[in-house]
Amino acid sequence: MRTIQFLLAKEFRQIFRNRALLPVIFVVPVIQLLIMPLAANYEVKNINLSVVDHDHSSYSRQLIASITASGYFRLAGYNNGFTASLQEVETDKADIILEIPAGFEKNLVRENKQSLFIAINAINGTKAGLGGNYLGAIISNFNNSIRLHWQAPARWQPAPVIELRSSNWFNTYLYYPFFMVPGILVVLVTMVCTYMCSLNIVKEKEIGTIEQINVTPIKKYHFILGKLIPFWVIGMFIFTAGLLLVGRLVYGIVPVGSLLLLYAFLSLYLIALLGLGLLISTYADSQQQAMSVAFFFIMIFLLMSGLFTPIESMPGWARTIAACNPVTYFIDVMRMVVLKGSSFTDIRVHFLVIAGFALLFNSWAVLNYKKTS
Amino acid sequence: MKQFITFIRKEFYHVFRDQKTLLLLFGLPIAQIVLFGFALSNEIKNANLVVCDYARDDASQCIIQKLSVNQNMQIEKVLLSHTQIEAAFKTGKVKIAIVFPAGFNASLQHFHTATLQVIADASDPNTATTLTNYISNIVKEYQQEITRLTPMPLQVTTQVRMLYNPELKGATNFVPGVMALVLLLVCVLMTSASIVREKEKGTMELLLVSPFNPFLVIVSKAVPYFALSLVNLTVILLLSVFLLDMPFHGSLLLFYAESSLFIITALSLGLLISNSTSSLQSAMLISLMGMLVPAMLFTGFMFPIENMPMPLQWISQLIPSKWYYTIAKAIMIKGLGIAAIWKETLVLLGMTTGLLLVSLKKFNIRLQ
Repeated sequence: MRTIQFLLAKEFRQIFRNRALLPVIFVVPVIQLLIMPLAANYEVKNINLSVVDHDHSSYSRQLIASITASGYFRLAGYNNGFTASLQEVETDKADIILEIPAGFEKNLVRENKQSLFIAINAINGTKAGLGGNYLGAIISNFNNSIRLHWQAPARWQPAPVIELRSSNWFNTYLYYPFFMVPGILVVLVTMVCTYMCSLNIVKEKEIGTIEQINVTPIKKYHFILGKLIPFWVIGMFIFTAGLLLVGRLVYGIVPVGSLLLLYAFLSLYLIALLGLGLLISTYADSQQQAMSVAFFFIMIFLLMSGLFTPIESMPGWARTIAACNPVTYFIDVMRMVVLKGSSFTDIRVHFLVIAGFALLFNSWAVLNYKKTS
Repeated sequence: MKQFITFIRKEFYHVFRDQKTLLLLFGLPIAQIVLFGFALSNEIKNANLVVCDYARDDASQCIIQKLSVNQNMQIEKVLLSHTQIEAAFKTGKVKIAIVFPAGFNASLQHFHTATLQVIADASDPNTATTLTNYISNIVKEYQQEITRLTPMPLQVTTQVRMLYNPELKGATNFVPGVMALVLLLVCVLMTSASIVREKEKGTMELLLVSPFNPFLVIVSKAVPYFALSLVNLTVILLLSVFLLDMPFHGSLLLFYAESSLFIITALSLGLLISNSTSSLQSAMLISLMGMLVPAMLFTGFMFPIENMPMPLQWISQLIPSKWYYTIAKAIMIKGLGIAAIWKETLVLLGMTTGLLLVSLKKFNIRLQ
């Protein structure tokens, strides 16, 4: 016990002595937690619209007015020819071109039918799809209002109407940071802990001080515990600061579920994560290697964790990879407990899986760590 | 000149000797292309739906039938009571619930109006709105089926053409982004690490006292990463053309010229970091935490920049990869020439000169 105490004192002293590293551990995560949720937003707003108006009629003006009044579109250009508008798309000044043909109003009234031409910059498929949908909805609204103007609606409507009442639970105002902040916090804790832990041991290897530790009569598990506990504490600290300070004060996130449950899961998750860092460090010979390998895994963990894109939409093989990713489980648990207030029975599988990861990584690392080289 | 080549050879040995780092250098771009190409998309597929059907009549069965054949969602369970919905959401497996009130069909037939309740798990706002829209479309479809179709007067129709990417593939958007990210990673992280490592090990001292221009020592460190970046770029390009079927419209020569410019920008950034720090650990953490995450966010390939708050949009102007991303998209996908991207090119050039000047000023021949 006393051995571990000494080791811990040494580790903490080494961590707090490194002035360059301290801001990376404590300040960078907070800044990222402040910036990332603001930036990570899929909502499509401010679509730049370029109009080619061959008609110059009152209907074409009304249509343009109702599009720009919607709040989703900004009128970026108003041209007389398609090439001018296309040029605006090429230089990224416009995203969507709406071409109103000559005789739009006349044909609509006389022939009951008229077509509009829309060209969308589809390099970003999601944005193009959504923008097209918005524009389509506005045009059909416009169409209805014209129809109403020309024809009195039937008093008694023979066509059956199904009214859809939709409600959004757990996040009534569809506030995006509620969804992103818990996930981003998980990623930050994961990144800091894995990097720090894997770098720390390799640094001892590279400088050569590990030899000195190896020849002292401390046990393998003493050494490993001495390395794990400081980063476990740091992970806990970052998480607490992120959730209870930044999350609470900046984004107004109050966990619905039990904090105790959250911290129980976190402590288990950190053990698994530090085991991974340890494992990487036992395989790496230099800090650069450790960093590269850790970064490789973190990058894939991050992309496959369901943080940015839903896991259910992935093909089967990708879902298997996601299932082998510890980050997936913690992000899931965070979102479930913080937003929905899920209880232990809802996340008992997650607990089991993370316990399995912790056991696997740590025992692998301990087996692989040799006191003699 | 001969000395210079010898130095470059030494650096290449350093790079190729470290196989685990090579995994990152070449494995990561390939893994990213495969993941982004096949696994990651914002589409919602296979979302689980629960149905609570108090009506159990013709109309409700018809709608449930339509829902169950839809590609985007699958019916997980039919609940007996709406009180079970909350528990279903809490297990995390169910994304949306639909409730048919008793007498749904009767109300529809006799009063020509009926209500349906859709409850979404909005802890993921994106999924919630998209699924609600899907269900609303399906219900509308059913509604149109039961209405005798009469032609609508005064119909405005639209013809939509998707420019550049008619199939709305995700690849066109992210391949240039992955390129920017990978080049930045290779150049900034690896260059700064390789210089600082020499400092930390003390071999920098030896290089600086050798009868060789100290500045060329640094340049020779950058050369291998420049070459590796070009190889990486070619690999990504080949993968995206042959694996993801992405077209390449513009001039290859211009593309490589612009990419070289961006690589030099990134290398000078790496140089600056390595000149400002003396420990490997901090150099790597600064380039990883401080560079890569912002690069991912502000390049614009994951999240649209124009939706961000104004201050963040200003920050994004400072990120070199944002400018390169615009250039790469313009050349690869839109097939434009230099006339359309001279402004972005100038910005990159300016950044490069600025970074080089600052790092030259910070460059010290004497180590303390």
